[in-house]
Amino acid sequence: MDTGQGTAMIDDSLTLPRAAEAAPRIDCRNIKVYYGQAQAIHDVSMTFPDRAVTALIGPSGCGKSTFLRCLNRMNDTIENCRVEGEILMDGENINDADIDPVLLRSRVGMVFQKPNPFPKSIYDNIAYGPRIHGLANGREDLDAIVEKSLRRAGLWEEVKDRLTAPGTSLSGGQQQRLCIARAIAVQPEVILMDEPCSALDPIATARIEELIDELRNRYCIVIVTHSMQQAARVSQRTAFFHLGHVVELGDTNQIFTNPREKRTEDYITGRFG
Amino acid sequence: MTDTARTSTPSAAAAKHLKRRRAADGRFRYYGLIAILAALGALAVLVLTIGSQALSAATYHVVRYDVTLDPAVIAPEGANRPADIARNVDGFYGLVRDNLLETFPEAESDRVSRRELSDFVTRLAVLPTAKMIANSPELVGGDIAMTAPLNDDLDLYLKGQGVRERKIKAGQITAVAADGQAGYRVTGAGAFDALMAGLAVANVGRAKGAAQVDVLLTAGVSTGRLTDITSGSARLELLTGKAADFSNSRPAARIIVSPEAERTISDRQIAWVLALKEMGRVERVPRWTLLTNSDSTYPELAGGLAAIVGSLLTMLVTAMVAMPIGILAAVYLEEFAPRNRVTEFFEVNINNLAAVPSIVFGLLGAALYINFLGMPRSAPLVGGLVLALMTFPVVIIASRAALKAVPPSVRSGALAVGASQMQTVFHHVVPLAAPGILTGAILGMARALGETAPLLLIGMVAFVGDVPSGPTDESTVMPVLIFSWSNNAERAWEPLTSAMIVILLAFLLLMNGLVVFLRRKYERRW
Ligand SMILES: Nc1ncnc2c1ncn2[C@@H]1O[C@H](COP(=O)(O)OP(=O)(O)OP(=O)(O)O)[C@@H](O)[C@H]1O
Ligand SMILES: [Mg+2]
Repeated sequence: MDTGQGTAMIDDSLTLPRAAEAAPRIDCRNIKVYYGQAQAIHDVSMTFPDRAVTALIGPSGCGKSTFLRCLNRMNDTIENCRVEGEILMDGENINDADIDPVLLRSRVGMVFQKPNPFPKSIYDNIAYGPRIHGLANGREDLDAIVEKSLRRAGLWEEVKDRLTAPGTSLSGGQQQRLCIARAIAVQPEVILMDEPCSALDPIATARIEELIDELRNRYCIVIVTHSMQQAARVSQRTAFFHLGHVVELGDTNQIFTNPREKRTEDYITGRFG
Repeated sequence: MTDTARTSTPSAAAAKHLKRRRAADGRFRYYGLIAILAALGALAVLVLTIGSQALSAATYHVVRYDVTLDPAVIAPEGANRPADIARNVDGFYGLVRDNLLETFPEAESDRVSRRELSDFVTRLAVLPTAKMIANSPELVGGDIAMTAPLNDDLDLYLKGQGVRERKIKAGQITAVAADGQAGYRVTGAGAFDALMAGLAVANVGRAKGAAQVDVLLTAGVSTGRLTDITSGSARLELLTGKAADFSNSRPAARIIVSPEAERTISDRQIAWVLALKEMGRVERVPRWTLLTNSDSTYPELAGGLAAIVGSLLTMLVTAMVAMPIGILAAVYLEEFAPRNRVTEFFEVNINNLAAVPSIVFGLLGAALYINFLGMPRSAPLVGGLVLALMTFPVVIIASRAALKAVPPSVRSGALAVGASQMQTVFHHVVPLAAPGILTGAILGMARALGETAPLLLIGMVAFVGDVPSGPTDESTVMPVLIFSWSNNAERAWEPLTSAMIVILLAFLLLMNGLVVFLRRKYERRW
């Protein structure tokens, strides 16, 4: 069970040139989200650094998924959902009218709670994104992208002999890694993960966590999780959401060992939620 | 509630409750079983009645005529080009009639007999032979064995339908003697005992003085009518053949229960057809003409080809109009349209449209397409458009249901890798919904294929003797043909109607089979 077996062979050609290390990848200012009349996110401001994992934790219904969806404008696809505020990615407001959400989503990948591979072959699952974005010239190029993405998601060794098998024929954990590979294949800069392990057993979860740990070296990762241990294990920064507010945001170590807020401490120690 | 209330040995009250629940379960299962049995029973009755009727129409009797193709008759001077030969119905019919008169010279005597004999073949029945000869003119002048279908009433008679009769074997006839009154006396000790017993049964309940039942006596190719029957002798009135055939024979007697005046065939015709059969000139063959001929006023010549082609053309128009409109409308409404008052209004009205009785679409079609747009009456084009109006709401509803059933996770998965909405819909959602969409579309088409009422209103009920060559030709369709045939009075149409129903059902089954096949094919992929 070594997810790292493929990483040695990966070159860096997939990673894009990065902005200066210190500058935050994403800068959210005064985000408010409404579902019709109901406000789900109240004036949240926070930043996400590059090459680091930020965990969003909080009780159910506090708005973690809603906030995460702001970052790739998936909220646009939800009827009656309205987002206010600025989200700057590399200094550009992604909510600007002249930003194409389709292009944005190729820069900000997303992995969902339930693995949702396309009902197509494993190969096509990965190749679909590069194809529609024209990232590959020719079949060989595409093959290389597929292999690289699968290697990076630690799935190559398991599926290299059955790339034409349907993606849905994989196990739940493999499917989730397939979805991660699918997100990686379009060369994103940011990867959003909404409870990626909640449908998986502890072993599959451990693999995904190892994977996230590796991906951290190349991407800005935001992960929503209900597991305190997971947040503590994989993230460098943690934000605690409650009722649509960010109650506390800081280094993961500090949040879990020495929370400033009473509500955070109560939640982490399981006294409510 | 205390903890003791929930143990595995329930209290009396709980046991009673449990028993009631179980009884309700059992009852429900029982009702379900009854419902299924009732449905199966109804289906079995339908299949048996229609199937047995159709089976009798699946074959028919043809008669062989050995004729010489006299050029003077078939291809007279001035009318001997192949096209003339192909149209020379009179000539070929004359050959057949002469052949019949040669076989049964007694029919020459009077006009009624001649007509009864020429009724054996309808004039148009010789057309295929005429065409065949026109295609190989070198046969003119030679001898051929041509076949033509037997008149429908005689065909039914040979199939044991139409005329109620009882066959009884007579005893040994020892003597036949002319009685000086154009008849013969046939004698044989006790030869007619069995026949008399049968007659007694046949006459039970018959009013005194009512028409007597007829008795025919047949020996070889000869048949006569029996009267004055006693145990050992009877009077024989020869209908066809020679009296000598009866001496020293054990002839077959037929008690024909329906009196001659109430039948469509006469005693003489029965005698002749029995003789032809005895000569080995009558053969029961599969009735391919049901599929290769078009409508006719004569049941033995009628077929469904024109209607089948008309149905196919109509379905083609319906499919080309209803499927794209229905599917695209469904995709738009389900995937792109904003949810607001306007789309809601459309949705409600589409659902209402699907519930409108089909005849209303016929009225609409007649007014819109024929009166207003001036399209041709009775044409598959108009029929197809009318049926498309009727079908596309069904296609929309089915397609929307299929699109709704595609899990939203597929959409978000595609959107999240940066697919546009249209790419999401056409690369992922529609392929997944395709089996459902196709099922809905084909089932809608199947409904249209069986539709009669709206097509009556646009004039597709007209008699069509020719196969339509395009969607603007005058045409009819299978269900309308069934409707027209079922209105015909002659008995022979009844099995034909059933046979046509079976053909229509076969097409419907074919379409349903296509649905199953497509589902399998698409679903096997993932
Ligand atoms: N499509 C929607 N329409 C209306 N309200 C919504 C919608 N999605 C979420 N909400 C509301 O927004 C609030 C935040 O929901 P969200 O899904 O972001 O919570 P969450 O933190 O992800 O919860 P969980 O941990 O259970 O996934 C909830 O009160 C929810 O009811
Ligand atoms: Mg959530």
